Amino acid sequence: MATMTQTPARREPHGFFTDTTVCIGCKACEVACKQWNQLASETGGQQPLSGDSYDNTQRLDGMNWRHVKFIEQFSADPQRTQQSRWLMMSDVCKHCVRAGCIEVCPTGAIIRTEFDTVVIQADTCNGCRACISACPFGVIDINENAKVAQKCTLCYDRTTIGEQPACSKACPTASIQYGPLNGPNGLKAKAQERVQQLKEQGVDQAQLYGADDKIVGGLNSFYLLVDRPQVYGLPENPQLPSRNLGPSSALTTVGAAVMGLLGLVSLRKKRMDHFAGQPADRER
Amino acid sequence: MAECHPVAFRWIMQAKLKGAKLIHVDPRFTRTSALANTYAPIRAGTDIAFLGGIINYVINSKRWNEEPFFKEYVVNYTNAATIIEESFKDTEDDEAAGRFSGLAQYTGDPLNGFVGQYDNKTWQYKGTQATDQGRTGSTGQSGEQGVQSGNEDTNLPEVPKGPPYDELVKSLLKPPAQLDTTLKDPNCVFQLVKTHFSRYTPEMVQEITGCPKEKFIEVAETLLQNSGPDKTSSFAYALGWTQHTYGPQMISCCALLQLLLGNMGRPGGGILALRGHATIQGSTDIPTLYHSIHGYMPHPSAAKGKKHDSLNDYLTAETLAKSYWSNMPKFMVSYLKSMYGEAATKENDFGYDWHPKITGDHSHMPMFLQMMDGKVEGMFCMGQNPAVGGQNARLQRKALSKLKWLVVKDNFEIETAVFWKKGSPEVEAGELRPEDIQTEVFFFPSNQVAEMDGSYTNTQRLAQWHNKAAEAPGDCRSDMWFTYQLGKRLKALYANSTAPRDEGIKNLVWDYEIDDETAKLRDAELQITGADDAAKHEEEPEGEPDIRKIVREINGYQSADKTKHLANFAELKDDGSTTCASWIYSGIYPAPGKLIMNNRDADPALSDAGKPTLGWGFAWPANRRILYNRASARPDGTPWSEQKKLVYFDPNLTVDPVTKLPYTDLKTGEPIKGAWVGDDVPDFVKNKKPDYQPPEGATGLDAHPGTAPFIMKFDGKGWLFAPTGLVDGPLPTHYEPVETPIKQNRLYPQQLHSPVYKRWERDDNQYAAPGDPQYPHVMTTYRLTEHHLSGVMSRWLPWLAELQPELFVEIGEELANDLGIGNTDMVRVSTPRGSIEAKALVTRRIRPLTIKDGDTDKTVHHVGMPWHWGWQGLARGSVVNDLSSLVGDPNVAIHEAKAFVCNVEKA
Repeated sequence: MATMTQTPARREPHGFFTDTTVCIGCKACEVACKQWNQLASETGGQQPLSGDSYDNTQRLDGMNWRHVKFIEQFSADPQRTQQSRWLMMSDVCKHCVRAGCIEVCPTGAIIRTEFDTVVIQADTCNGCRACISACPFGVIDINENAKVAQKCTLCYDRTTIGEQPACSKACPTASIQYGPLNGPNGLKAKAQERVQQLKEQGVDQAQLYGADDKIVGGLNSFYLLVDRPQVYGLPENPQLPSRNLGPSSALTTVGAAVMGLLGLVSLRKKRMDHFAGQPADRER
Repeated sequence: MAECHPVAFRWIMQAKLKGAKLIHVDPRFTRTSALANTYAPIRAGTDIAFLGGIINYVINSKRWNEEPFFKEYVVNYTNAATIIEESFKDTEDDEAAGRFSGLAQYTGDPLNGFVGQYDNKTWQYKGTQATDQGRTGSTGQSGEQGVQSGNEDTNLPEVPKGPPYDELVKSLLKPPAQLDTTLKDPNCVFQLVKTHFSRYTPEMVQEITGCPKEKFIEVAETLLQNSGPDKTSSFAYALGWTQHTYGPQMISCCALLQLLLGNMGRPGGGILALRGHATIQGSTDIPTLYHSIHGYMPHPSAAKGKKHDSLNDYLTAETLAKSYWSNMPKFMVSYLKSMYGEAATKENDFGYDWHPKITGDHSHMPMFLQMMDGKVEGMFCMGQNPAVGGQNARLQRKALSKLKWLVVKDNFEIETAVFWKKGSPEVEAGELRPEDIQTEVFFFPSNQVAEMDGSYTNTQRLAQWHNKAAEAPGDCRSDMWFTYQLGKRLKALYANSTAPRDEGIKNLVWDYEIDDETAKLRDAELQITGADDAAKHEEEPEGEPDIRKIVREINGYQSADKTKHLANFAELKDDGSTTCASWIYSGIYPAPGKLIMNNRDADPALSDAGKPTLGWGFAWPANRRILYNRASARPDGTPWSEQKKLVYFDPNLTVDPVTKLPYTDLKTGEPIKGAWVGDDVPDFVKNKKPDYQPPEGATGLDAHPGTAPFIMKFDGKGWLFAPTGLVDGPLPTHYEPVETPIKQNRLYPQQLHSPVYKRWERDDNQYAAPGDPQYPHVMTTYRLTEHHLSGVMSRWLPWLAELQPELFVEIGEELANDLGIGNTDMVRVSTPRGSIEAKALVTRRIRPLTIKDGDTDKTVHHVGMPWHWGWQGLARGSVVNDLSSLVGDPNVAIHEAKAFVCNVEKA
């Protein structure tokens, strides 16, 4: 992605609402994402069968920015069929309101955009991998082709020209929805309504994950789940690196030295924050 | 449906969000089951037992007997009240013999494969002959059997010759059927249906299908409660229903149920066939089928069972005096004009004698058997990969080696093109040696769909135009280019022939050159649509035909002036003055420049309301979205309910709301009052009053009363009981698949299989005996979302290949434990045809079912295999169809790869 040269106007926060109850596990989102973002198949298409249900993608990383999870919930007793479920969920970067990756990025390559989404700028990432361990959701990894850390950009190059992201565009069942998060017609209101509808239909466990500020200040890509978050591989109470500041104070002197060395880069970070319309206090 | 039709499944999910209930019945818990409100497991191949159980449940339910809607619909719109010949015997008769009356030996060509044949004389309406041509299946059309359904009554008076053919049509009139609208007569259709399914109890359903009784009742009750005047239910099915030796009977059983529930011809109702390929609907409308010519007219046949010697014979055998098929002479003569142009005259029967004739079952399976036996010299293979996709694929690959020449035109070097090379299982095993194979193989690289202009016709008969979006790489050509150029070269080869048999190809109209006229057609289009695609046609490879001229021929035009397109099929004539390749598509291109299938008025307000969006594309016939939609109104013409209002009779209307012209009587010119209107194009004569009664001697639609929605049937009614058309019985009956894990049909102990299916037993196509302990498990084959058919459009693409990179066999946890198989272990799967290896995907999504074999309980395990893989491309694996067999249903010769038996062991 090209580095921005002028300050874009602030926009309403935008994001994804992923309604897992209508996900059919077709993986159109994965393919659309790879096509639009030109992410090559790591294995050239040839790899062993994972054996993990219908999931052969297995993870989010630098080459897989969308990942459809398949969770088979069937009793060991074949007679007990009432609880039989095959849950599917298209996972993606959460675009956290308090983003661990932004906190730790030493070069300022990771920015908050005018849509309140989180983007790694390839040309300023030095591949230090700090963000990889800082992400509580395991979203980021090095893209072996680009040699830098990469993840979902929420199709910044599409949204800036008024197009929706490739995945939500391709999703046949509207399991992935893109749009403004807040307001009476926002995704959060829509999601609340859907939870209410499901509860009325007897789906007692219907719940939103990340729609409020309890999880790292809120997730701009949030989910409707019908089971506990752990079942979907989502942490119940994800921790940010800043929480560990106390115990790791011994490292701060080393950190200071590193920061000195990277002084030039940090100047650049400041500039980027400015460009992104990203006041520091927004990180809370 | 979520697995194989994810895009169409969008609408199912939208309905679910609005509160619709989704039921999924399948041997495996699939991605569709995951989204369903109710999942009912079922043993593969037992669907008629399941549906028959619902029919029995409905007929005996309180709701169906007390809610007046059901009786009003069934008595008026179906043949429930029709009396059948007293000599008819049901499968329940003769102590439940399991056969209908009229079973006989098949004495025709053994290649057609029938194990028996029915004479349907006793299945007829009492006192009359149900004159339908059996258009429903290839056997009915092709003359492989002497099907009684045509007008083959030898006592017929001399049929007058045409054109005009009005007198011929009139001479075919039969007396009307006898009715008992109280439905009490023991020989009326309703009573026969009731008796036929009386033993399909919930207990019986459980014993045959393995579906727990409670789950079955939940399904039946949901359907019943969701059908009525203000609610409708629909069925969607795909190949899981068709690929059985009684496949068409499964669909027929569903139709019977939907008619009983009043769900046909109404919004939100019907039976939705999810067809396997893009535009597979189009490829049967303008067919690549052997038994049918354009618009579902039977292919002229020289087989014993049909008298098609002359055009008059053909029209006599295939025209119905009543119903819209009374226009058959117009359709056929206009079709012959499209074939032979000016050479087709009244004097030479419009070139009928030049038209090719078929002689038997020329469908895929018998063709490959003939090929294996060295009787087929060459083959064009376009958009198909039989080395992977064909049943008993080993036999099919070996058969290819018997050809003298093979032309493969495809996007990639598919398995069929390299059956002779290293890598092919037969070459690897030493069964075929490349140096011994004499087949000359030609491979032509092909354009992808986005690399050409053209159209799709999807499963709702909706034709949509698409423009070329990219240039094809290298030396690729479109299928149209290839076919057109092939035709030109063949015509040149025969140009000087004096043999009478070559008159057909010499006179064939083949003039689709891009020329000055093309420019005019395009200009006209540009004026109307403002489209900007004129420039890109400059880049067409030399020799590409003019697609608009082909569409014009399909739509039809005045024979004297090609620029005068037909507005619709009502303009067709039987004297050669009109030319039209496919009558059902007439109206798709009503004037130069007006390519209606290019319309893209999405009309979102209407579509949100669940109403037809007539401005999007063109749905044949006549841009009608729901067929037989007269049934969406009561017999008196008023809507059944406000909620399900679609088409209805407005008795006070004097001016057409679309054309703004006053309604007038066609004969007298007098103004008339009252018309059918609504959100869809009415599937009925515009001004026919609901209380209209046909006068004596009326033909065509004049012979139908104002309450007859099913205008293609001679009696205008939906058939619960099919006196003709299906060659394996007038009512659906539960039989076992040819390969079944059980020894005895629970319903009919004396009749395990259909008595009339197609069987080709030979050393290279053997079958497992019923209940064979060597092959104890039920195998079902299927497709995955991630791949397409034999994988040609997916296995070569890294982004798709990586999603399902290897062949697997889905095995339930219980069976895997029994056999000591762990997840991703390599296993060997065997049938009498072949044996292949694959990785095991052990899952609880497949569960053992408990059924009855005779009086003994039996546990049945399903084994599932997707069949996308082969040895070419990126994602590779064994060919699953090496396991399936050549065996066919008797109506359309569809195979049975959805239900056969196998053995599984650790490799």
